[in-house]
Amino acid sequence: MEKRIKVIVAKLGLDGHDRGAKVIARALKDAGMEVVYTGLRQTPEQIVKTAVQEDADVIGISILSGAHLELVPRVVEFMKKYGLNDVGLVVGGVIPPQDIERLKEMGVDEVFLPGSSLKEVVEKVKSVASRKRGIKVES
Amino acid sequence: MNRELLKKAIEGDELSVSRILTKIEYFSEEGMEYLEELSARAGRAYTIGITGSPGAGKSTLISTLIDHYTKEGLKVGVVMVDPSSPFSKGSFMGNRIRMQDKTMNKNVFIRSLASRGFLGGVSAEAIMLIEALDGLGFDKIILETVGSGQTDTDVVSVVHSILVLAIPGSGDEIQALKAGIMEIGDFYVVNKADKPEAEALYDSIKFAIESGETFWRDGWKPQVVKVSALKGMGIEELTKRLREHEEFVRGGGLFEKRIVERRHKLIELYLRRKLEAVLEETLKENKTTLSEYESKGINLNKAIREVYERFKQRI
Ligand SMILES: Nc1nc2c(ncn2[C@@H]2O[C@H](COP(=O)(O)OP(=O)(O)O)[C@@H](O)[C@H]2O)c(=O)[nH]1
Ligand SMILES: [Mg+2]
Repeated sequence: MEKRIKVIVAKLGLDGHDRGAKVIARALKDAGMEVVYTGLRQTPEQIVKTAVQEDADVIGISILSGAHLELVPRVVEFMKKYGLNDVGLVVGGVIPPQDIERLKEMGVDEVFLPGSSLKEVVEKVKSVASRKRGIKVES
Repeated sequence: MNRELLKKAIEGDELSVSRILTKIEYFSEEGMEYLEELSARAGRAYTIGITGSPGAGKSTLISTLIDHYTKEGLKVGVVMVDPSSPFSKGSFMGNRIRMQDKTMNKNVFIRSLASRGFLGGVSAEAIMLIEALDGLGFDKIILETVGSGQTDTDVVSVVHSILVLAIPGSGDEIQALKAGIMEIGDFYVVNKADKPEAEALYDSIKFAIESGETFWRDGWKPQVVKVSALKGMGIEELTKRLREHEEFVRGGGLFEKRIVERRHKLIELYLRRKLEAVLEETLKENKTTLSEYESKGINLNKAIREVYERFKQRI
């Protein structure tokens, strides 16, 4: 059977709602992916442990609190600690343009801003999965 | 097969476990070799299946069972099946939400699976993962089925104990219980007993059991138990009864019997998947043939028989 892309969608930190994350999760599902949704208030280590147990191809993090420069590096750290060097990491949320490069330098594969279209998110998640995990993606 | 990976998995390294499960899940050649090794070691874990309609509280109950069993020092594996879309083939799997706080416990391994076309609430993949987790030394393995009602009954041939969850206030619960599902439970668990309407549901299930409307699996009289998975009410009682059921299963020689049944079910589901693939190919290939029949006015009966012949040949 052909491999389906498996994605974790998680809310990192203490933000109050998860509407946006759910919309993204549904869009990924509609694009044929298997999406594990973890819900609110996840710690960096919880998210990474979830990706370990689920053998996710891509970790998708939504963060609206503004704490991305503190929390995302911790996710990257735990990914290294748990050996997830071949797993993709994408981050979406309210992120000032000047932080995008910094996040990418830390090891984030893609950053999505509130204006990103669902189509763009889907395409980029697919390409991250194919780059990091060698999953064939039909275009 | 990567022996080093298998060794690390057996020693409990989670990433190795997880990577092996994926290989198995996709029926890869390497995966089947791991399955072979692990099923040779399997046959010790006690397996519990949890079914009931969406929202009944299956995942929440699993979360409390994890607490209970890990406190006893046991290793718990959880496999949860969510439906795949027949159109996009994608799946939204939200069961973990109810148990994310257990993720950090080193004695707990939780895995979500999409049903990938299987309609019986349990997939071939789910059974293979149970087999693998069993071989990896988990003491309790809990399976959450899709919860799709009447057709969600494959769990019968997969686990040692079956819990059917029902909740008050949905109006159709007795309807749902009567239609097939009422024949599979070793336990009927009335969840959300923190709500007053639970009492009436409890009574009507009790009545159904006493008047012989439920099936006794291998001679076990089904029991009804009231719990609130969310508030932790009734969990001690439920786990005590589960222990009694486990003694019944082990004492009556049913422990091994059910493992054999689970392996039969795996083969059956595997064959169904293969059969379906052949079916799809046959239909695709014969689309033009069939429309030719129509245009030439050859009768439908003949068309059916001819396509059937080709189907058989393909198999
Ligand atoms: N009041 C109440 N709500 C509960 C109870 N157990 C679960 N729930 C809620 O019911 C909803 C569905 O629970 P979930 O475990 O996801 O159900 P599942 O779809 O059967 O897995 C959630 O909002 C739970 O918080 C309970 O004992 N009492
Ligand atoms: Mg659930």
